[in-house]
Amino acid sequence: MSRPIATTRSAAGMPTPRLAVWWLIASEIVIFGGVLGSYIMHRLAHGIWADYAANTNPWIGAFNTFVLLTSSLSAVLAHQAAERGDGKRAANLLYLTTLGGAVFLCVKAYEWTTEISHGMTITANTFWSFYYTAAGIHAAHVIAGMIIMVIVAQTAKKNLELHRVEIIGIYWHFVDLVWIFLFPLLYIAK
Amino acid sequence: MWITAVALEFVAFLLGGINFITTAMNSRAPGMKMWDIPMVVWMIVIASILFMLSVGPLLAGGIMMLFDQNLGTAFFDPDRGGDPILWQHLFWFFGHPEVYVVLLPAVGIVAEIITVFARKKLFGYKTVLYTAIGTGVLSFTVWAHHQFIAGIDPRMANVFTVTTLLISVPIAEMMFVYIATLYGGSITLTTPMLWALSFIFEFLIGGITGIFLGASGNDIYMHDTYFVLAHFHYTFYPIAIIGTYAGFTYWFPKMFGRMMNDKLGKLHFWLTIIPFNTIFLPLFVLGAAGHHRRIFDYRNFPELSYPWMWDLQALATYSLIVMLLAQVIFFYNVITSWMSGPVAPKNPWNANTLEWTATSPPPHGNWPEGLPTVYRGPYEYSHPDRKSSDYWPQNEPA
Repeated sequence: MSRPIATTRSAAGMPTPRLAVWWLIASEIVIFGGVLGSYIMHRLAHGIWADYAANTNPWIGAFNTFVLLTSSLSAVLAHQAAERGDGKRAANLLYLTTLGGAVFLCVKAYEWTTEISHGMTITANTFWSFYYTAAGIHAAHVIAGMIIMVIVAQTAKKNLELHRVEIIGIYWHFVDLVWIFLFPLLYIAK
Repeated sequence: MWITAVALEFVAFLLGGINFITTAMNSRAPGMKMWDIPMVVWMIVIASILFMLSVGPLLAGGIMMLFDQNLGTAFFDPDRGGDPILWQHLFWFFGHPEVYVVLLPAVGIVAEIITVFARKKLFGYKTVLYTAIGTGVLSFTVWAHHQFIAGIDPRMANVFTVTTLLISVPIAEMMFVYIATLYGGSITLTTPMLWALSFIFEFLIGGITGIFLGASGNDIYMHDTYFVLAHFHYTFYPIAIIGTYAGFTYWFPKMFGRMMNDKLGKLHFWLTIIPFNTIFLPLFVLGAAGHHRRIFDYRNFPELSYPWMWDLQALATYSLIVMLLAQVIFFYNVITSWMSGPVAPKNPWNANTLEWTATSPPPHGNWPEGLPTVYRGPYEYSHPDRKSSDYWPQNEPA
């Protein structure tokens, strides 16, 4: 299959997809930067938010952090397998990573249900608005990453387009990293 | 609903920008070094980077606004602990860099056109490039000059006044480079060249009146008057309208394989540019005299203005009608030239850059027989070592 020149030439010495995903991440950083920057400014101005934040459960947050970090490990192993040309193993490891994302979302759903049933809804006050909005945008990224990962795994299974395994891995690490910022800001800082 | 649409549009812009950047980084023709890239490409790359680094907070703000309106959160509602100024910050943190996102490609288009039609090398290639980067960096530090009367701390307003006035320095430098490029050139006044020259002239007026508004003390008086409106149009009209017409008339032969009618083009140019000035120059006077921009008919408030000011408003309105009618000429010219204009050769303007080595219009992939190799910069016009012609295409070996 002939490819358009834009995907085959590499004047900068880096494959175009990898270059593009790094630029994508650069643009994502400012999106989360906008939310978290606004949150931090508000938080500094309202001491009382510490009391609201005390209602979050840091143990559930810590467990989710652990799940996401572990799923990043399997994403790295998938990249390693893809480098060796072992598409089957890479695909299985990607499915494992997706499973990590699913566990993360299930725990999140349990956590949110408990909180909402105790009256801590998105409209309760601005802290909870930020809590659900920031974590919600992050969760949307997790879901998008899982969908893409399944698509990548489907082709990788047939030993095709193995370079994609690395690209989705880079993205997944970024999603992971955003959570590393969200966890202390929303759960630990009391 | 509209917020979702805007958010999706921005995501599309983001991905488009990433496409531009990676293409410019990775898909350059062999031999195309950093300093051989045509200015318009550089400008699009810098504009894309500015866009992707500034739009994020607005996207975040858009999501917060969406939740405010549909879920009942209170991010921007001061009654329930929110802060409406936060929305202004998130919006203008994007809104001001966005001005330069729109400006820089137009500046690049003008650079291509004036070098071709003045038959001269761009006076300071790296100067334009570095000032564009400098403008981009500074553009992230000026946004609060839109909020001088929003209850901002006057000490903070001073800081933003300084950064705002600073940003006129690199832009002025670009303008000087363009004037120096024109100086002593053998200028041909084709339609694209007329548009490019008018861009320099009109944007200069827009830039200089920006200094009036950027000073916080003055802005408190000028805020929300016709002066702001006139300043806005003297910046965005050259950027969006004149820049587009310049680029469109310049690359029309390449895009459609036909030449445009130059006589109609010039008629359209003069019937657009003269009314443009007679619309917005009077508005500067009106704004300085105190006309508020939200009041279009001061006859209901005769104690707030004078009859001569109403005459100026009428002049602006008549000019607007003339200008809008003149656009018919343009569309007529586009359609007739596209249908039956003279067939365009590969390189009708004797230009150096690579797009003029492809056929007009270019086939899929631009160069089916393989990429051209680049040997020199894009602006080697009237080079003393080149005896055979006054241009030296980038792909021609020495």
